[in-house]
Amino acid sequence: MKILTTPRMERCIGCHSCSLACARLVHKRLSWQTAGIRIHSSGGLSTGFIAKNCLACSPAPCAAVCPTGAFAQRTGGGVVVKKNLCIRCGECARACPVDAIFLDRSGEPFVCIHCGRCVAFCPHQCLEMVNVKGQPVEVEEAL
Amino acid sequence: MIRDHFKVMVVNLTEGRGNIVKLNGRDSEMGGSGLAALLYGKYGKADRPWNDAEQPVIFAIGPLTGYFPLMSKTVCAFKSPYHDQYTESHAGGRTALAMRFADIDALVVTGRAAVPSCLGVGSRHLEIKKADFMWGMDVAESGKLLRRMFKGSGHRSIMRIGPAGENGAAMACINADTYRHFGRLGGGAAMGAKNLKAIVIQGDEDFFRPEGKEYSPLFAEVYSQLTSTDMMKKYHNLGTPANLKSLNKIQSLPWRNLQATTDPAIDGVTGERFADETLLRNSACAGCPVGCIHIGFVREKFMEDNRYLYRQVAYDYEPIFSTGTMLGVTDSFSVLSIMDEIEKAGLDVMSAGVALAWATEATEKGLLSAGQTLVPLKFGDTGAYRQAAAFLGAGANDFYRLLGQGTVKAAARYGGADFACVLGQEMAGYATGEVFFAAQTLGFRHSHLDSGGYAYDQQHEEQNVEGAVDFLMEDEAGRVGLTCMVSCLFARGVYTNEMLARCLHAVGYAAMAANLDAASRHVQRLRWQTRFATGYDIRAMTIPKRFFKVKTWKGPVDPQYLNALKKSYADRIVALLNQPK
Repeated sequence: MKILTTPRMERCIGCHSCSLACARLVHKRLSWQTAGIRIHSSGGLSTGFIAKNCLACSPAPCAAVCPTGAFAQRTGGGVVVKKNLCIRCGECARACPVDAIFLDRSGEPFVCIHCGRCVAFCPHQCLEMVNVKGQPVEVEEAL
Repeated sequence: MIRDHFKVMVVNLTEGRGNIVKLNGRDSEMGGSGLAALLYGKYGKADRPWNDAEQPVIFAIGPLTGYFPLMSKTVCAFKSPYHDQYTESHAGGRTALAMRFADIDALVVTGRAAVPSCLGVGSRHLEIKKADFMWGMDVAESGKLLRRMFKGSGHRSIMRIGPAGENGAAMACINADTYRHFGRLGGGAAMGAKNLKAIVIQGDEDFFRPEGKEYSPLFAEVYSQLTSTDMMKKYHNLGTPANLKSLNKIQSLPWRNLQATTDPAIDGVTGERFADETLLRNSACAGCPVGCIHIGFVREKFMEDNRYLYRQVAYDYEPIFSTGTMLGVTDSFSVLSIMDEIEKAGLDVMSAGVALAWATEATEKGLLSAGQTLVPLKFGDTGAYRQAAAFLGAGANDFYRLLGQGTVKAAARYGGADFACVLGQEMAGYATGEVFFAAQTLGFRHSHLDSGGYAYDQQHEEQNVEGAVDFLMEDEAGRVGLTCMVSCLFARGVYTNEMLARCLHAVGYAAMAANLDAASRHVQRLRWQTRFATGYDIRAMTIPKRFFKVKTWKGPVDPQYLNALKKSYADRIVALLNQPK
């Protein structure tokens, strides 16, 4: 299994291309919030940027608290999401220790599914897909 | 989101309330420049002064904002304190995407707050907070406070003014997200006149992606063109400062108040020198993978025992021209330190540098005393310019208050109008020749971005009044189309009219796509009509003598050619106004 990592965020220029791509391609939205990876300034623009994204916990606390099975443990870390089972309770977001899950106005959760489609949109290679042993893996051309 | 009308948030600071207005005109005015002119027609008071409480300050985005890369700019429109006429100023940063995700096509601010205030808006909130404690604070300090006062870190835009805007300086800018600016023609004073220190826009809404099979492949095609080709390399490599060396080489770079157009001292302030010595990192406007923002640093020893502080300063070609070559400052860190003072004061860096260059020559010629300038001004004296920048922003005495209204106004009182480097407003950094001088003097924004006159000068050695003016009019029409969208003009090579039409079609604006050229020409005329309605006397525009003494790679400026261009260009703009619709 592969997981998304953000090993070079110090290169980030704050263009939001990754989160916009995730929203557009994975979640079919136009947004810089309803995405599995979200970019924020780390205390003002003069101090650079951070990515809020799933760190692929195993076991994942969000999956553990999900009462309906909408969030289930993913092999290799993170979660498999079945949106049709979600009752919008928001427990997953509250359980996440790193604020990686965004709830939209209706309470629908948005989390990284480690598909890697955002990676190719980063102009500075801040993002990287790795295998469970932490070795970089090739990402299919997301464009 | 995609809609067949404009959704506008109108805030009245006098009443402390706002409302959402639905406005027709999507297919005719499109957005950005067109929407701003439409809104000025609705809310503006053409016959009242710029600082009348009811005058609007307008921010407008376009139909493609956020939907495609580099659709990342915002148009700000207002009645300018510089000439008391309608104008636009454009900026990047996060404002455009924040407005898109706040689900408004435009924000119109009218009225005057009873006390200094900040305005916060989003898709689900509107708040006006008292901020009298912030009045007088510089741009950097107020930015830090605003980050604490409003929520939405990372997904918001913070626009604020400095002391210059509070003091009504006609060259006060609106700082957008620290490193970008609505720089020219006094937008900062337009906000200051409303007792409005800052606007914070939170982009907290999301929309479904456009339906159909066109959008995603077209996005990928545009993205690929903007990132995979060499077209944008010049912007993310050295950035616009690459022009310093090349313009100096062809005798087109203004030095020491345009007393020369080339100098061997260029080596200290080239794009390469800034990149090698001062470049700390790059940054980007939201929605732009090019990342053309170049951020340098200034380091100050503030105490013995090696106690230092540092600040970050964004640099570009124009600020280096205005605070470097124009002031005879030829050390990269010194240039950044002057820019830093101008940033803190909330001044437009181009206008401030050019104004101080005039003041320096006026001092040399004995027209100004040290009592007036408070610090003796001398070309190359970084320390003096840093102090003078702060005096200019603060309006420290009668002289600086008048200079802040524009170099020509100061020259009218103190003398030295012949060498005031003003082309409608303080010149941009292109001593390329007659076409640019005429273009900036008469252009809608008096900006080097109105049209590519500087490029025309560099590509045409021959004199051709008709051809040059044809180019200026056509180029302006094309750029108006882009500033309706609202695209970064760096992307103009990718966003041809054909590509824009495809993009508009892909997101559901089929009628606008089919009518793009006609709508651009309509907006071009509408903008001019709005400008003239507020008092533009195009025949009265003059070009100071200094510009007639410039020598470029083509030789000395030809006064007859320059005057002929100016007359013909004015005739064509007036003719455009009178064309049947």
